[in-house]
Amino acid sequence: MYLVEMLGITKRFGALVANDRIDFNLKPGEIHALLGENGAGKTTLMRILYGLYRADEGQIRVQGRNVHIRSPRDALTLGIGMVTQHFALVPPLTVAENIVLGYTDDFRLNREAIRQAVAEAEERFQIYVDPDAVVQHLSVGQKQRVEILKALYRNARVLILDEPTAVLVPQEVDNLFQTLERLREQGFSIVFISHKLDEVMRISDRVTVLRDGRVVGTVPTAETNERELARMMVGRETFGVTRQEIHQGEEPLLRLENVWANDDQGLPALKSVSLTVRAGEILGIAGVGGNGQKELSEVLSGMRAPTRGRVLVGERDLTGAEPVEFADAGVGRIPEDRHEGVVADLTVAENLALEHLDAFTRNGLLDRKAMLEHAEHLIREFQIKARPTDKAGKLSGGNMQKVILARVLSRQPKVVIAAQPTRGLDIGATEYVRQQLLAQRDRGAAVLLISEDLDEILALSDRIAVIYEGEIVGELPASEATPERLGLLMAGATKEQGRAGTATATTSH
Amino acid sequence: METFVLNLLAATLRVATPLLLAALGEMLIERSGVLNLGIEGTMFFGAFVGFVVADHTGSLWLGFWAAVLSGVAAGVLMAFFSVSLGVNQHVSGLGITLLLGGMALFAFRLLYGGRSVPPSIEPFPQLSLFEGVPVLGVLFRQYLFTYIAFLVLVPLAWWLMYHTSFGLNVRAVGENPEAADAAGVDVFRIRYIALAIGGGLIAAGGAFLSLAQLGSFTHGVVSGRGWVALALVIFGNWDPLRVMVGSLIFGGTFALQLRLQAMGLNLPVPYETFLALPYLVTIAALIIAGRNATYPAALLKPYKRE
Repeated sequence: MYLVEMLGITKRFGALVANDRIDFNLKPGEIHALLGENGAGKTTLMRILYGLYRADEGQIRVQGRNVHIRSPRDALTLGIGMVTQHFALVPPLTVAENIVLGYTDDFRLNREAIRQAVAEAEERFQIYVDPDAVVQHLSVGQKQRVEILKALYRNARVLILDEPTAVLVPQEVDNLFQTLERLREQGFSIVFISHKLDEVMRISDRVTVLRDGRVVGTVPTAETNERELARMMVGRETFGVTRQEIHQGEEPLLRLENVWANDDQGLPALKSVSLTVRAGEILGIAGVGGNGQKELSEVLSGMRAPTRGRVLVGERDLTGAEPVEFADAGVGRIPEDRHEGVVADLTVAENLALEHLDAFTRNGLLDRKAMLEHAEHLIREFQIKARPTDKAGKLSGGNMQKVILARVLSRQPKVVIAAQPTRGLDIGATEYVRQQLLAQRDRGAAVLLISEDLDEILALSDRIAVIYEGEIVGELPASEATPERLGLLMAGATKEQGRAGTATATTSH
Repeated sequence: METFVLNLLAATLRVATPLLLAALGEMLIERSGVLNLGIEGTMFFGAFVGFVVADHTGSLWLGFWAAVLSGVAAGVLMAFFSVSLGVNQHVSGLGITLLLGGMALFAFRLLYGGRSVPPSIEPFPQLSLFEGVPVLGVLFRQYLFTYIAFLVLVPLAWWLMYHTSFGLNVRAVGENPEAADAAGVDVFRIRYIALAIGGGLIAAGGAFLSLAQLGSFTHGVVSGRGWVALALVIFGNWDPLRVMVGSLIFGGTFALQLRLQAMGLNLPVPYETFLALPYLVTIAALIIAGRNATYPAALLKPYKRE
């Protein structure tokens, strides 16, 4: 007997078939992983179950009865709750207000009664958050707990979690998994959407794998392994990138000396940051988002002036210099938001020429022919799936990122600043971008890799520095880094000082 | 000197009343995520409808409620454009101000022709709560609407915003409509209700001018008070109590400049300088308070379900 059955679900977005006759079912008291690459159709399928999308074809049954789910409200009435990737919380409201929002019939809000009801729910599910805390002041992990609590408070028996670990540090992941296991014991059913094989193996009872909108198969977790799941997920064996140890140059190409910078609100976002990146190495900056990464990459490209300290590229002091001076000094930047890196209304050829238009100018006029030839050359070299005359805004995320890579890397920069270079890309594009970054390092460039993805940091970096609340709280060689150790640093629990090779732990404060 | 100050304070409350009514209405609307630039036109239209109905029926109260109804209608019209159709809120709001302003003037001309002396009616009387008592007697000689606005509507708005599920829904819809929708709140319904109530309050502010303060309707009866109320909402950071403080500051400066003009001081500046004073104070207050304003996050964004 299944609690939820989805039969022959098809969903089209224009010409794209996001879900192609998908069958999916959920038993009472199980954790069912929905595994697949980006764009495989996992989220679409679950948004249909939660009433955020309507299926074009197919049938949904809950406890054996045919149902029509037209809105999240319908889904909640049937006991189905979902925690989406972008939290559906109202930031300036309190935890308790968010939990009862849309779920209270009394005109007058009885704050005391609400607080008590929320506290009781917290006790029952052992998920604790201060009911009076304002949501915008909570950490990502706490916000996620509010979302789970909100669904459970509305009597959800089925809980859908969309990539719940993507935003968490390792310790918070452990915490989440304990919660999920407790809920399973209490008889709740959980759909766990993920593309991370180790997590799926660790937490789930069954796995359904999707690829290109179709079901590849459903298997009990105990009867499978990561290799098999990976093969089902991508349709081939995955290899990932491998980093060869090379001899690094001694020459420091990028140096930050006690750099301070303010954020947009004028509050200190970088606090006395000192870093050195040498020729032929990748320095990874690990950290949970919003800890100063954005400001760091902006300081290093001239978009934001430091308030104190020095920024040196080679021997040149570029503290507070303009973006064009950074570019002249050989700094290439891959911005955090790739939509910020291309001009959507311009063509691929124009975007590729954008940062060095002088090279394509003859007698004050643009040399279109040279621009097109230049573009065709780079499109071949960087395997961009686009024509030179396509508008950049129409490209997929992966191809857009390749346009930016081509523009930045074709100039052979001495220093590469890469901020979240693979965020939102699928496995193929991710591998490509990572290979390119390694190639830059092998060529002798100094690469600063800012990423929230720990796997990426660990796979690519020669040395790793951890940023927390604008401070570098630890720096260690990649050979000594483990996810646990980095996770503690990222959560601000410990502080380690020292340079590569001599990292020593000191007490937290 | 003492009477000067007392009269000034009494006048401050009187001048602040229409601003407070309109600003409370606008605050409710903006809290739900809609910027209602129809405010100036709605106030003007309310002043017109109130006057015409009162003049033709002989009942001030009938005129007042007709004005409130016209404001509700203006709010619903704004909701139809900006909420249902998702039209840009600047465009639909300014459109409504132009439409209502033009309609009121046109209908006024049809009804009264081009007279040199504007028609007038016997306005609402002032109520004295402490007749004969020193100080209080002067301060508490006000229109009924002034008492209601300051003593009933401000606390009521505060209670509604922070202590009812309706207020919670309004705040949620104005901050994150997607989240509110996912939680089961009907975003469209809440915005319609906010615009209807808010429109009614704005028109009541207009009717106060024609039915109580002036007893007549002229071209310049509102003269930018709608825009001032709009600024007061920002100054008040979308909080009823602070909006009230803002309306008192503007009202106070306005009352003061009237008195300065009347005193006929022999100053080397033209009298228009005094007229400009309240607006200059508004701009200065906005510059200071506006820097830390926390706008409702969904303001100006039409909500569409995917």
